[in-house]
Amino acid sequence: MLSVKNLHASVFDTPILKGLNLEVNAGEVHAIMGPNGSGKSTLANVVAGRPGYEITEGTVEYQGKDIREMDASERAGEGVFLAFQYPVEIPGVSNMAMLKAAINSLRKYRGEGEMPAAEFLQLIKEKAALVEMKQELLKRSVNEGFSGGEKKRNEILQMAMLEPTLALLDETDSGLDIDALKIVSKGVNALRSPERAMVLVTHYQRLLDYIVPDYVHVLSDGKIVKSGDKSLALELEEKGYSWIEQELQQAS
Amino acid sequence: MTEVVEKNRDLKELVKREYKEGFVTDIESDTLPPGLNEDVVRIISAKKNEPEFMLEYRLKAFRRWQKMREPEWAHIDYPKIDFQDISYYSAPKEMPKLESLDQVDPKLLETYEKLGIPLEEQKMLANVAVDAVFDSVSVRTTFRETLSAAGVIFMPISEAVHEHPDLVKKYLSSVVPVQDNYYAALNSAVFSDGSFVYIPKGVRCPMELSTYFRINEMNTGQFERTLIIAEEGSYVSYLEGCTAPQRDENQLHAAVVELVAHKDAEIKYSTVQNWYPGDENGKGGIYNFVTKRGLCKEDGAKISWTQVETGSAITWKYPSVVLQGDNTVGEFYSVALTHNKQQADTGTKMIHMGKNTSSTIISKGISAGHGQNSYRGLVKILKGADNARNFSQCDSLLMGDRCGAHTFPYVEVQNPTANLEHEATTSKISDDQLFYLMQRGLSEEAAVSMIVNGFCKEVFRELPMEFAVEAQKLLDVSLEGAVG
Repeated sequence: MLSVKNLHASVFDTPILKGLNLEVNAGEVHAIMGPNGSGKSTLANVVAGRPGYEITEGTVEYQGKDIREMDASERAGEGVFLAFQYPVEIPGVSNMAMLKAAINSLRKYRGEGEMPAAEFLQLIKEKAALVEMKQELLKRSVNEGFSGGEKKRNEILQMAMLEPTLALLDETDSGLDIDALKIVSKGVNALRSPERAMVLVTHYQRLLDYIVPDYVHVLSDGKIVKSGDKSLALELEEKGYSWIEQELQQAS
Repeated sequence: MTEVVEKNRDLKELVKREYKEGFVTDIESDTLPPGLNEDVVRIISAKKNEPEFMLEYRLKAFRRWQKMREPEWAHIDYPKIDFQDISYYSAPKEMPKLESLDQVDPKLLETYEKLGIPLEEQKMLANVAVDAVFDSVSVRTTFRETLSAAGVIFMPISEAVHEHPDLVKKYLSSVVPVQDNYYAALNSAVFSDGSFVYIPKGVRCPMELSTYFRINEMNTGQFERTLIIAEEGSYVSYLEGCTAPQRDENQLHAAVVELVAHKDAEIKYSTVQNWYPGDENGKGGIYNFVTKRGLCKEDGAKISWTQVETGSAITWKYPSVVLQGDNTVGEFYSVALTHNKQQADTGTKMIHMGKNTSSTIISKGISAGHGQNSYRGLVKILKGADNARNFSQCDSLLMGDRCGAHTFPYVEVQNPTANLEHEATTSKISDDQLFYLMQRGLSEEAAVSMIVNGFCKEVFRELPMEFAVEAQKLLDVSLEGAVG
């Protein structure tokens, strides 16, 4: 579904990714781990099409399409979703209104008509219950005055509403207490399906206790340096990222 | 052509002559030649067949105007206006009627479409012949019947001068004195037409005074004059303007609007202004110098101004409320947008005189392109105004890095019991916000529109429902090409 080959990317002219390869198939959950500054979030943002994140070399194919020239809204239309590390506030725009506009924009991109209002209300009620979000928050301005946990839950609510094919979750666990982490994980797990792939960017193994990945990749200096299954995350937890780096040095 | 020249020559001759009572009544030209002097004022009054008191009023205003100077304190920049190069009277012209919308400029239709203006109304705006049912005359008649059944008077002020001279005499310039400012004096001397509204005691006006206005306002001319009086315990919501783009060959517009609210009366005045703003280089475009003021004359009165200003090359406008009675309330909600080379210096004045008076100011300025947007507001608490309260919020939104936002708040407090709050913010549409919304599937334009409309929400919700929707679309259309 997602095929990243020899990806080099710069963030505002600073090279961050330096030849990254990643293959993600439908139904799989991949965890991207690595020390601060290794390029985890950059990968997620490059795939989502964030302005200022420039691909300088390599290819990014999604469902067989080269998405490098598409803007963020086109990629969203193709089914790519990014759960933000720092969800943005949009004053004066209600959560509901934003979601409605988003759903209808995606439908329009796919040549479908607008979602009937009643169907939308039913859907949002259902999905809000999934992430245990209060109705009142749906009417409030997007992320304005939300706690850290509420913002992250809001990201998962949006993901549940927009039903992406490829979900990129950028440090969704950061700043969450254990209760919020459980709720968020429950939401994410509910969305796992054979048609949908997920890429979890995380710094800590903790998230992977709740969302069990099929693959774990370790990023260092803009490249994937080690891949494995869930046990790799546990090993990392135990030995720390320095272990990988030492191993790399020995190899060279 | 020769006929017009001929007439103009005749007029010039006449204008040069000494004034002799009644001599002008037989003039039949459509437009006076440029220039302003006492005779021109007399001709205007005579053309309108006005009663003597109106002529005296105009002449008094003209004489004051001659001694006044153009205000130069506003944060706007434009070439000096030659007031002798303007024609001060033009009879409402019959535009040639078109047979169908096919004959209308497709660009104009496209804009109407984007604004969501109903088809029949599009025809009226574009001067296409309409079905009998929608003919403005019959619409007007229906409205008039409903209104007169309620005792509401709603007519052009030029008619009110004849039909209700006592009311006009009593209230005209009772809120905005002729010498109030340069443009108010000019307007008082030469005003063309406008609306007159009178709501009797205890009457709640049975409809928004809006649709009527949209259909009939086309020819009020460049010096508009409006007077609204709400008697004790009455209520009226008045809507001025039109989201449809309005062009006018007259560059200078100087309107005066006066509102009088008696005991426990409420007047809600909403404006959507979309005059031609000029091209992207600032060529052409209307200069809009407006004086709007409401008087909460007696206890418990309330006046609120809501404005959405997207048009005009230059806007100079400060809708104000004088809180004379005790427990009176004044409100000002404003969205002012400047794009390309537009300039706006706009805000409000809240003058607290009575006890327990309160005022609210919510101002939203949006600047894009090379637009310059200034908020200028005065909150004045006079000695006797015990326990006065004011809340002011001035927010500016910048798009791009070539525009400007400025805030000039003035506060004068003469009573220690006053309670004033002022908040001001300046923000830019951030790349993060745009990316966030685009990542959710919105196009860049839709994302900008959503952010801007969110920014203006507190003002839009004060507008009558239908108009709020149109106002949102108007912002979208006005901001086209502002990003990227």
